[in-house]
Amino acid sequence: MRFELSYTQITVYALILTIFFDMFITKNSLLSTLRFWFSYFIILPFQLLTNYWLTSREIVIYNSEAIIGLRLAGAPIEDLIFGFAMILAVMSLWESKTKRG
Amino acid sequence: MSQSLELANWSYVAMLLFTLIGSWWLEFAFKIKVLRRPRKLLLSILPVSAFFLIWDAFAIYQKHWTFDSDQILGFYGPLGIPLEEFAFFIIIPIAAILTLEGVKVILQRLKR
Repeated sequence: MRFELSYTQITVYALILTIFFDMFITKNSLLSTLRFWFSYFIILPFQLLTNYWLTSREIVIYNSEAIIGLRLAGAPIEDLIFGFAMILAVMSLWESKTKRG
Repeated sequence: MSQSLELANWSYVAMLLFTLIGSWWLEFAFKIKVLRRPRKLLLSILPVSAFFLIWDAFAIYQKHWTFDSDQILGFYGPLGIPLEEFAFFIIIPIAAILTLEGVKVILQRLKR
């Protein structure tokens, strides 16, 4: 058996790592704030739209063996988690620098 | 590679421009001073981008995803990552921070 991390596995690890980062490293706990979720739900439709552009036109092509196969607006569900993790990580770091002034 | 660029080669760039244009006006509409603090902005983005670019390189290496060479410009950076991907990991985080700061202004206004 070949050792390999699928896209699905990496997204789950990235999500866990990012939540840990937000709660214990920057100590922002953005996930419990209104401003984070308000922002996320503005970003989400744009993410779905741009993901749809990239995947429906096959600008980016996903290997079916690396994903679980669940898709939303053309893009693998993993993309959504990946985007969520990246946005949370960046916002969390930005907020910690904002606090320090 | 002396092949000239076709319109289709700008497909990925078009998505990046859409995101850039769709978010930069927030800076002025809400007077949030995000783009005016480039140092703080880059220090918030680069550590995260580095992490995600390593992931990108790994995914490209493992062929988790591939790019249609007819729909990207065809310039590659380190680790075989297309130029557009580097731009992606700068532009999307900037858009996210602009959104967050815009939302904070709206929430402040609602409180009053």
